[in-house]
Amino acid sequence: MASHAIEIRNLYKIFGARGADHVEAVRAGMSKTELNATHNHVLGLKDINISMPAGGVMVVMGLSGSGKSTLIRHINRLIEPTSGEVLYDGVDICRMSELDLREFRRHKTAMVFQKFALLPHRTILENTCYGLEIQGVPGMERRRRAMEWIERVGLSGFENRYPNQLSGGMQQRVGLARALTNDAEILLMDEAYSALDPLIRVDMQTVLLDLQKELKKTVVFITHDLDEALRLGDKIAILRDGEVIQQGSGQDIVRYPADAYIAAFVKEVNRGRVLRVETVMTPLSGPVEGPAIPAGTVLEAAARDLSSAGASVAHVVDPAGLPLGRLDLHALVGAMVTESTEAREAAA
Amino acid sequence: MALCDALPTLLCKFPAIDDGTIRVVRKTIDESFKALVRSYANVIDVVVAPLQWFLNLLERSFTGAPWILVLAILLAFVFAASRSWRITLGAAVAMLAIGLLGLWNDTMITLAIVTVSTLLAVLIGIPIGIVMARSDRAQRIVNPVLDVMQTMPSFVYLIPVVMIFGIGKVPGLIAVVIYAVPPMIRLTNLGIRLVDKEVLEAADAFGSSPWQKLKNVQIPLALPTIMAGINQTIMMALAMVVVASMVGVGGLGRNVLQAINNQFFTIGFLNGFALVGIAIIFDRASQAYGRRLQKHSEVVHG
Ligand SMILES: Nc1ncnc2c1ncn2[C@@H]1O[C@H](COP(=O)(O)OP(=O)(O)O)[C@@H](O)[C@H]1O
Ligand SMILES: [Mg+2]
Repeated sequence: MASHAIEIRNLYKIFGARGADHVEAVRAGMSKTELNATHNHVLGLKDINISMPAGGVMVVMGLSGSGKSTLIRHINRLIEPTSGEVLYDGVDICRMSELDLREFRRHKTAMVFQKFALLPHRTILENTCYGLEIQGVPGMERRRRAMEWIERVGLSGFENRYPNQLSGGMQQRVGLARALTNDAEILLMDEAYSALDPLIRVDMQTVLLDLQKELKKTVVFITHDLDEALRLGDKIAILRDGEVIQQGSGQDIVRYPADAYIAAFVKEVNRGRVLRVETVMTPLSGPVEGPAIPAGTVLEAAARDLSSAGASVAHVVDPAGLPLGRLDLHALVGAMVTESTEAREAAA
Repeated sequence: MALCDALPTLLCKFPAIDDGTIRVVRKTIDESFKALVRSYANVIDVVVAPLQWFLNLLERSFTGAPWILVLAILLAFVFAASRSWRITLGAAVAMLAIGLLGLWNDTMITLAIVTVSTLLAVLIGIPIGIVMARSDRAQRIVNPVLDVMQTMPSFVYLIPVVMIFGIGKVPGLIAVVIYAVPPMIRLTNLGIRLVDKEVLEAADAFGSSPWQKLKNVQIPLALPTIMAGINQTIMMALAMVVVASMVGVGGLGRNVLQAINNQFFTIGFLNGFALVGIAIIFDRASQAYGRRLQKHSEVVHG
């Protein structure tokens, strides 16, 4: 099973009876407020172009009402687009026939929901089996496969309970197990962790990261929380009023926020725990100095290493031990405590 | 009337269509309805025959079997549904009292017709309710029909029933079903429409076909509401068997009817109480069953 990239191209969604009639106006620059006021239609998504990395975690971030749920629902076409394409493995999901779409949903995608959306009258095991049952997998086999995932998400012993006998965090583990049991290449998670308490949330993020190391699915993860986005995302897209206002790696977004809106978001981030050494290192010039710090180390940890070594300069090395760049304590501390000049310019 | 003197007659005395015209219209409608019924007599017989057979079968088994066996089966049903010793014991006491008062046989006849009409109402009501839940247009069409069915006095639709099916048990049964089916339809529709949108979306996201969605999600989640519909249908059927006795249904209803005609105060009330007794048994048992169904739907944790 190799996961592929998801390509979203020129995607528009306008809610209302005659959405298609207003695409041109929106393309020409009509705003969400204006569209609503003059035509009584709601702009859901405007000209979305994202390529979601194969086998990686794509995070879509934005405030409530920015169109995140609308966007993720186009990938399994729970919402019909007004215009545009969603390509997976060379096929436009938006043009699939009813039957092809059902097969695509059964075998290629699985989804985790914000409010869990478990079947209350079924046990944890029966809920976890659901996707396989729909596919027509025989009872014995689907129970065996479901049990594996129930174990993996740490719910052994609970398989005969009912959802309402479990806490929210445990219910979402069931949601995750149900999705993973489907063995699909695409995993869609719509604010899957937003309803959970902060500690449980971090727990569940770890569960996802651990699983993803081995599964390498194409994950689309929706959140309104930047810390969560930075922790999980290989790539992040930020939505506002149905438009993508910035996309790139978490490092890029924290260091070079595209506008004041994103800068305001990023200000609250603990940069020392997010930015990695390779983002602030400078090219090697002259001899290698100081302790070796592996690429991928966050700044806070690097600062700790530097100070315990009593050094003011270190060098960054790749997994093979080859030097990649020079890290200087001054620049490191600077990146941890201040916004970059680019951001200040953008904010001004 | 002084006021009438000042007004033209047209505004004072309501200008009804004259009797002659109404008589002609009435006659035409009645005659053509009768003609229609006559020309479909064969079809009607074919439709009625299985109902007649089933009703007779049930009535004969209920009245023919030893009372102790019937009582045991009834109590087993009540216990299976309610899982409550209190309700089962109450049912036993009520049934024994009915027997002691000499109403066992009539009660069995009434139970047979209520059972058949409830089954029919469920069989007819659930599919119609499902169709209504799936289509707003169907809902717009069916709802006013149900409104009429529920507000039209039940005596009135005994008339076409008798004209079509004649006098007897089966016409009575059909009248009971017509009277008792609306809550079944309404609550099936309501139950399905109230199913959590997120859960439905999840079913879609996993690629459920419409039938899988109905079978795995909509019906099970609507079941407590559907059970409430069955409960109401039983109650309405029990109320209607008294009225249906006017067209030839036997049992407790007929005793009540005779008591009305002859001013038999005591007999009337005893039969009335017997009906109340079985109504309470069915009500408590089906409600307890509904509550058990709902057990896992209640949110315990946030
Ligand atoms: N079915 C719908 N009909 C009309 N407007 C909708 C519908 N679904 C969503 N919207 C609107 O689209 C916008 C984006 O919604 P949504 O994707 O749910 O945002 P998010 O998930 O980011 O909170 C909101 O303004 C919302 O009101
Ligand atoms: Mg949302």
